[in-house]
This record gives sequence, structure tokens and C-alpha cells, in this order.
Amino acid sequence: MSDQPLILGIETSCDETGVGLVRGTTLLANAVASSVDEHVRFGGVVPEVASRAHLEAMVPTLHRALAEAGAGLGDVDAVAVTAGPGLAGALMVGVSAAKALAVALDKPLYGVNHLVGHVAAEQLENGPLAEPVVALLVSGGHTEILLVEDIATSATLLGQTLDDAAGEAFDKVARLIGLKYPGGPNIQRAAADGDPGAIRFPRGLTGQRDLERHRYDFSFSGLKTAVARWVETAEREGRAVPVGDVAAGFQEAVADVLTRKAVLACQERGISTMVLAGGVAANARLRELTRSRCAAAGIELRQPRFSLCTDNGAMIAALGAAVVERDLPPSSLDFASDSSLPVTQVLVG
Amino acid sequence: MLLLALDTSTPAVTVALHDGERVLADATTVDPRRHTELLMPLVTQILAEAGATRSDLTELAVGVGPGPFTGLRVGLAAARTMGAVLDLPVRGVCSLDILAYGVLATDPPGEPFAVATDARRREVYWAAYDAGGARTGGPDVGPAADLGTTATPAAGAGARLYPGAFARALDPEYPSAAHLAAAVAARAVEILPPDPLYLRRPDATPPSARKSVLTR
Repeated sequence: MSDQPLILGIETSCDETGVGLVRGTTLLANAVASSVDEHVRFGGVVPEVASRAHLEAMVPTLHRALAEAGAGLGDVDAVAVTAGPGLAGALMVGVSAAKALAVALDKPLYGVNHLVGHVAAEQLENGPLAEPVVALLVSGGHTEILLVEDIATSATLLGQTLDDAAGEAFDKVARLIGLKYPGGPNIQRAAADGDPGAIRFPRGLTGQRDLERHRYDFSFSGLKTAVARWVETAEREGRAVPVGDVAAGFQEAVADVLTRKAVLACQERGISTMVLAGGVAANARLRELTRSRCAAAGIELRQPRFSLCTDNGAMIAALGAAVVERDLPPSSLDFASDSSLPVTQVLVG
Repeated sequence: MLLLALDTSTPAVTVALHDGERVLADATTVDPRRHTELLMPLVTQILAEAGATRSDLTELAVGVGPGPFTGLRVGLAAARTMGAVLDLPVRGVCSLDILAYGVLATDPPGEPFAVATDARRREVYWAAYDAGGARTGGPDVGPAADLGTTATPAAGAGARLYPGAFARALDPEYPSAAHLAAAVAARAVEILPPDPLYLRRPDATPPSARKSVLTR
């Protein structure tokens, strides 16, 4: 194991400052500083608040990761960093720090894709992936189905949300029913006391015609509006809003459409492995439904632990390790971060 | 001594190396949208020009603003990270003070002057200096027209953007890392921690009451 290069990964695409250390597919450190508490009163991530927090957290998180791995800076063989996609100003803090780190250490630098990094994180949990795999990425900023044919070189987008990310829908619905940001954990807690079948909310883009044009795409803004209408109608009629039932019904609608389309993608593309990742993959109902539907369809489901599902530097180090293993050329020192980096670009030039 | 100085608080991405006696190499590129791309290649370029390597560095200096946030952070993130990796002291300098040092070095007016840089939204980041270059007001941010400086000459891009607000425009237009390096090497400026001078709070408001989705 120790003959594999030590890769340091930096992630700053949203509100977590992550620094991870990896050798091959072995996780050595995963230090994360989150600015989530600073965003609570705004009901969502404020890019400037996140960017300021990244600058303050970067060096301390770097030191924390090294301490966690029992490694020194001199042991690092290469630096990987999220080049995109993500919040423009937030990405620039990580990319600037990574470039300075690479120059100061005189080591190669790899600017890599955040989305593919989420898939690479799974290799730290259960070992090398047998590509091709379908990945369902669900977070506050992303809702995508990817086809990953080669983790270091080839990924394509099969489908994505046309409007809100799933995690964003959780946040907005939480607010509608008086729950706090971030919506994911709070809706899950409320849903535990509710009946998921009591209210049937719509499943976006699942009608026959939508399935033709948007086979693997998602839409959550209609679902959010349906919940808002239901809640407001109840309030107008003077009925108490059954928060548990609304939360459970909403959560069921999201989990249903996500898993249904991801399984469909596996079946139609003849793929036998699915990776579930992203912050919303922490949702227990989503995990459970994905597991049971994959099992029923004969698909192997792979998912990393929660700390590797949410944004982190170890996933970027893991992707960097895969890229280094292939002897791919490092990124040039003048590469730009790209807030809308396409998933097809695993490594920037 | 080998000091690496850099500033990204304006559209100019500027770097310089100083050996305690003189500037060995410096480079500046003006491009408001490419700070992340330009900075570190310029650093490696001047190191090569000076025949030095990163391990020869003994000290870092960085402009801490005020300036547009995103570009400003590029320089601070780089300086702090290099400082941490190479275990070097990182000296922060108010970026307006770099311009003031530059005024005395290149275009001394022989009277009190101001420095004004573009803060966007029709405002400037500004500071006031006496004829000897000591800061007497600011740093602050506000509309150029409200400064009461129509009889005062001013350096910086703000003096060019709002000519009516100042007596005349002085050089330099942008901060230069060569001036920053010389000022720090001579300990001729106030040294600050390498923390950003934002001067403005983030634009964000807590959500308002929710809007109705039902027709009345």
C-alpha cells in the first residue's frame, strides 16, 4: 500500500472545506470544515458566506488532515482539487490554495471533476469499482444520473434535474412546514412519525410523454408547489397541518422517482452496479428504497459511509489517485475553475 | 533574504521578488476575471527569472485589500497556503497603502493625496494620506462623490473612473507587487495579519414570509 503515491485532495465547491489524503483506494484522512451553521438563518447556502469560510478554514483543515493521516507535507506526491462544477467564488479559493500548495511542494496538480469525485469516493469504502457503473448523485446542489465507463477518463450525463436539486426541494419543503434548514435531516425526522401513503404527491417527469423526452431527468419544482398548495389549503380551511404525513409523503415522492429512474437507467443500459452518493444519500428512506429496488432488479448497490457521501476532500484525492494511476498528464498551472464543468471532463487540461 | 510579494485586490495580478536590497523580478497582468489562472504561473515565472526556487524564499507579503472579494481571496489563499507549506511569515499590507507607497515612489504630489480603487456598484475603496504618505483616513468604502476630495489628487483606478471626485489622477493606476515588496523590505508600511479587509458584509437577507401559491 505504501508504494502507492500519497494524494492530497482539496474540495471547496459548496459549503464544506474538505482536505483528504488517499493512497490508491485506501483512505488515510478526511478532514472537513462546514460553514452550514452560518447559512441556517438564510435558509440556504449564501455563496459569499461560503467563500469567506473556505478561506478561513483552508490552512487549518490542511493541517488537520495531515495530522489525521500521520503524514507530513513532504510525504505528499500529488495534489488534486475540485475544478468544478460548483459555486464560482468558492471553487476559486480551493483552486488557488491547491496551486500554491503544488508550487510550494513542487508536485503535480490535478484539477478534477466534483461529480466524478463523488463516485470515486465509493472506492475508498468497498475497493475498486468494476466499471461501467451508473451513479445516482443526490445533494443540495446536484441531482444527476451518470454513466461512468472509466472513473479516470470517461463519464457521461444520462439525466439531471431540470429545476431544483433534490436537496434544495427538501430545504424548501421543510420551510413550508415550519422545519429548519437544512431540510434533509429535519424532514426525515418528521417523516418518521408520518404515514408516507396518507398524501400522494406527484412524481415529476414520470408520465408517458415526459418519459420520452426526459427519460432520466428529474423535476422537483412541481412537487414543491404541490406541497405548498396542500399545506396552504389545509391552513385556509383551518385544519392543522399533519407535518409528519406531509414530510413522509414528500420524502416518498422524491425517493420513488429518484430510485425508479436510476434503476431504469441500469436496466436499459445493461449496467449491473449502481453507486449512490451525495449528501441526500444520507436519507434513510432513499437508501432503503434504492437497496430494495436494486435487489429486486439484480443490481449491485454500492454506497460509501455518510462522511464520504457529503462533499469532502478524500473523494477528490480518490479521483486524483485514479488519474495518477493511469499516468494521465497533470493539469497546467494556469487552468481555470469552471462553475459548470461538464461531467464528461473528468480531468482539466 | 528572498521576499515574494503579491496582490490580487484589483484587476491587476501582480507579483515580485525582493532580496532585501532590490526587486529581482516582477510581473503584472491586468485582467479582472482571471486571477486564479494568472497568479501562480506568474510566481513560477519570476522565480525562474531570478534563478531562484521556492525553497529559497524567506518571507511572503500579500495585499489584504480592500478589493473585490473573489479576486482578493485568490491572493490570500495562495499566500497563506505557501506560508503554511514553506513555514514562512506572511506579512499583510493594506492594498491602498501599496498604492500610496507607489505614489511617493513614482509621482509624489508634494501635498496630501488620496487613493481610490474600484469597489463596483458606483463606489470606491479609498484612503487618505498626508504628503509624506502616512495614512490619515480610511480604508473605507463609499461613493466617490461623497468623499469631499475634489481638491485632492488621487491614485488608483477610482480616480480615473470618477474624475469629477478628485483634483487629478496620480500614478500608479494599480497596486504593484514591486512597490509592496520594497515597502515591506524597508518596513515602510504598516504590517497586518494576512486577513482580508472586506469592508462590506456578504449580500444576503434572511428569507421573507412565504408567498401564497393559491389563487385568491
